[in-house]
Amino acid sequence: MGLGISFIYFAIILFLAWIAGVLPFLKVFFTTVIPYVALVVFIVGVIARIIRWGRSPVPFRITTTCGQEKSLPWIRQNKLDNPSSWLGTLGRMLLEILFFRSLFRNTQAEFRGDRLVYSVDKWLWFFSLAFHWSFLIIFLRHFRFFTEPIPSFVTFLQNIDGFFQVGLPIIYITNILIVAGLLYLFLRRIFDSKVRIVSLPSDYFPLLLILGIAATGILMRYFFKTDLVAVKEFTVAILSFQSVSGDLINKLSPLFVIHFTFVCTLLIYFPMSKLMHLGGVFLSPTRNLANNNRMKRHINPWNYDVPVHTYEEYEDEFRDKMKAAGIPVEKEV
Amino acid sequence: MKLYDGWKIILGLIVFFAFFSLPVWINLSSAQSRVKPQLEYPKDSKQCVENKDYMNHYHMNLLNFWRDSVVRMNYRYVVRNGVVLTHNGKPLEMSLTLACLKCHNNKQKFCDQCHNYLDVKPYCWDCHIEPKGGLK
Amino acid sequence: MATKIKPEELLQTINLKPKFKNWMDVPVEFRKGTFNYAGSEEALIYLDQPNPRKWQTTDPDWKLPENWKEIILEGLRERLEKFRSLKIFMDICVRCGACADKCHFFLGSGDPKNMPVLRAELLRSVYRREFTTAGKIMGRMVGARDLTFDVLREWFYYFYQCTQCRRCSVFCPYGIDTAEITFLTRELMNLIGVNIDWIMTPVKNSYRTGNHLGIQPHGMKDSLEMATADIEEITGIHIDIPLNKKGAEVLFVTPSADFFGTPHYYTFLGYVMLFHEIGLDYTFSTYASEGGNFGSFVSHELMKRLNNKIYAEAKRLKVKWILGGECGHMWRVIHQYMDTMNGPADFLEVPRSPITGTVFENAKSTKMVHICEFTADLIYHGKIKLDPSRNDHWHATFHDSCNPSRGMGLIEEPRYIIKNVMRNFTEMPDNTIREQTFCCGSGAGLGTDENFEMRMRGGFPRANAAKYVKDKYGVNICLCICAIDKANLPHLFEFWAPGLEVGGVHEMVGNALVMSGEKPRETDLRFQPLINQEV
Repeated sequence: MGLGISFIYFAIILFLAWIAGVLPFLKVFFTTVIPYVALVVFIVGVIARIIRWGRSPVPFRITTTCGQEKSLPWIRQNKLDNPSSWLGTLGRMLLEILFFRSLFRNTQAEFRGDRLVYSVDKWLWFFSLAFHWSFLIIFLRHFRFFTEPIPSFVTFLQNIDGFFQVGLPIIYITNILIVAGLLYLFLRRIFDSKVRIVSLPSDYFPLLLILGIAATGILMRYFFKTDLVAVKEFTVAILSFQSVSGDLINKLSPLFVIHFTFVCTLLIYFPMSKLMHLGGVFLSPTRNLANNNRMKRHINPWNYDVPVHTYEEYEDEFRDKMKAAGIPVEKEV
Repeated sequence: MKLYDGWKIILGLIVFFAFFSLPVWINLSSAQSRVKPQLEYPKDSKQCVENKDYMNHYHMNLLNFWRDSVVRMNYRYVVRNGVVLTHNGKPLEMSLTLACLKCHNNKQKFCDQCHNYLDVKPYCWDCHIEPKGGLK
Repeated sequence: MATKIKPEELLQTINLKPKFKNWMDVPVEFRKGTFNYAGSEEALIYLDQPNPRKWQTTDPDWKLPENWKEIILEGLRERLEKFRSLKIFMDICVRCGACADKCHFFLGSGDPKNMPVLRAELLRSVYRREFTTAGKIMGRMVGARDLTFDVLREWFYYFYQCTQCRRCSVFCPYGIDTAEITFLTRELMNLIGVNIDWIMTPVKNSYRTGNHLGIQPHGMKDSLEMATADIEEITGIHIDIPLNKKGAEVLFVTPSADFFGTPHYYTFLGYVMLFHEIGLDYTFSTYASEGGNFGSFVSHELMKRLNNKIYAEAKRLKVKWILGGECGHMWRVIHQYMDTMNGPADFLEVPRSPITGTVFENAKSTKMVHICEFTADLIYHGKIKLDPSRNDHWHATFHDSCNPSRGMGLIEEPRYIIKNVMRNFTEMPDNTIREQTFCCGSGAGLGTDENFEMRMRGGFPRANAAKYVKDKYGVNICLCICAIDKANLPHLFEFWAPGLEVGGVHEMVGNALVMSGEKPRETDLRFQPLINQEV
């Protein structure tokens, strides 16, 4: 479901961006108004969504434990998969967020004759991790276009990312990995029937969009070069609230306008979509709580009194039978 | 309005905001963000091997091609339509030092202007000696 | 029992690569043998639950209140405000599908709606429609749909095909817990009186008599006396089992099936023999005679109403701390809910084993210790004498019960005990044990006869792994620490792996326990002859 619809949405945005790159009036709008709208929607939207989550309490400590609990001192606790302290929980969260610990467990079930077997399946983990890390590094590398002066970590990242010094301009490892990761994630949605059944337009669309961003970026770097000085003057102006001259906008190539429009679309789309898993993963109560339930009482702010069947009511109903069976009672009559 | 685990969530939101607004803070905190590359073009030459627009976008590809031609194929001169190009009456060599730098003789005021602005570190100078200031 | 499908036939119907179809267009079909009967009017009235009436799940008219949709949507709104978990789990799933083939019901049925992600989408689609802007405007294009009677039937069918085992939650990169979603959806359905009898009647029984079987105090006394007689016959030792004894040091709470069920009963004998041998000052209770919490299968409120008895009884009997028997969902409730719901247990003391002096720091707030933690500590300190050769007629494997493993982390304690009380032990394959263990297929109130086929399907992955060690290593008993396991696994293995028995960990303890003054043992607790014994 939804592959076609996502393509249509993607094509519409591509078309608008392309027109904007050619028509001066639209170009001004797409390069000076939309970016601010996108930034505000992104920042405010993400914050609003997280606050919306935060307004609901966590009534119970429902940690999913994935290893030995802390119990007797001579039994070795699995402190990362079943943490009981804040430090262990921090470790668990870091593993989850930085290295996708849970996805690393992934297996694939299949029949071998009458036997169900579970083979190790790390591809999803590998490509997801490759995609997410590449995206982050590419974003950070882009600080060379975002800021003047350029922070020193940019040079460092560029050196590492272009370590093999292949090609001209040097091919970044992350550029290959992000495309590979996106293609894998996209293709398995189509070819793995289980995933295809559950996929919605909102699953295909962000993949297409980010793929579009990556593709236009790569095209600009290697094939249809753009005036990078103009691009940087433009982004720095946007990101420091300076005015942008018509002359400068004229220098921006249509391909850049498409790239830029895709990025703005992503920013606007982000807070209202599943991409909010970026924030949600920090707040997931099965992961971010220590399994110290029996050690430390968890408070439910809305805990309320419920009707109970008291011992007195119980004894009143069964007193005769209890006495006959020689079971001690509170009241003889 | 009650926010549960408030301080943790607010701390997280501050980190989020700080991270994504970092470019803005860097730009606003430095006057440098208004400085743009100022290229100094040669005064006595009017023409380059290719037009300005091409050189602006694709000079790295041209230099790469030159490097490969000279070092790997031993082709030394710039040929256009089967004829060797000349400069001041002499055949034009495919050479950074002997061709480009003859006119663009100030690296700081030419090459470095854009390269530094965009944090590009070309490896030309791994082999070639950097011209210091006004090279003769 | 319903007409039986044969294992081979059942296997044929499983396709783990389901054909693509838009799931919203696939209507739900109530197939005989795959769903449960409706909750009884009487139970709902007794418990003062909404919309008590006579109805059946197969009826075209479920006799719902006129405004049932508003009730559900209002209930959903309220729960979104009360449970951050629900909000997050509704919003952040990326449908990566990592959970898809982790669910035992999917692996046993191949039904796409049994993939945890799609099970959650059943609720999520309605959430989007009612609570997100995109869903309100764009509808199906963003995976949103209206709440209709068909959707409700689908919820009923599939949320009662989830045993809240949390295996999917282990694999989910965001820890989305289908158990939580199932739990809250069942709670929503309960608001309009849509529930199943095998949950509601046990809840009523637990509420009234203290245990889900509805055993009245004198019935329980009979059962304890029967145990006394059996133990005397096997060991020659007479044990009086304390009941409702005031001032005992420890209150012992175990699932009520232990008093009557087979093979639960042998585990019960094991407990009693152990407590006698170490001289523990303890008591059973008739009022708190159920560890298992059927309320936890239908709503937080009913969970709390039933769970209340344990602390109340501990307070009344003036015990120092509480010990809990072998049970699955019971321990999820005790470990993760009891203290929050019905605590603080400030009238109790931090549990301390009177035999070894060990202070159970890990239970210092809830003040309730798992029997496996308690026994492992006894064995570690050499406080009991064991003769593992008395279990030589058994070759065991261990089935981790869902909730102790994924809602607690009780993994090594039972293994430590098993390895000390018997000599033949083989683990099932790695991806089917510990935190990756498979449910027996009948947890969370699904263990009925009318649901037989679905139980066999849901239990298939567990049975398949057990069959593997049975065939390859000659394993002849599967040990477990859960009352629902003990009730269901015998049927499951009879179906998929005939010849494999089921037992509890403390049954093996009882067999191996060398008691002072006992006569030479000739049989185990099942009255089966021992082998390798120098008699």
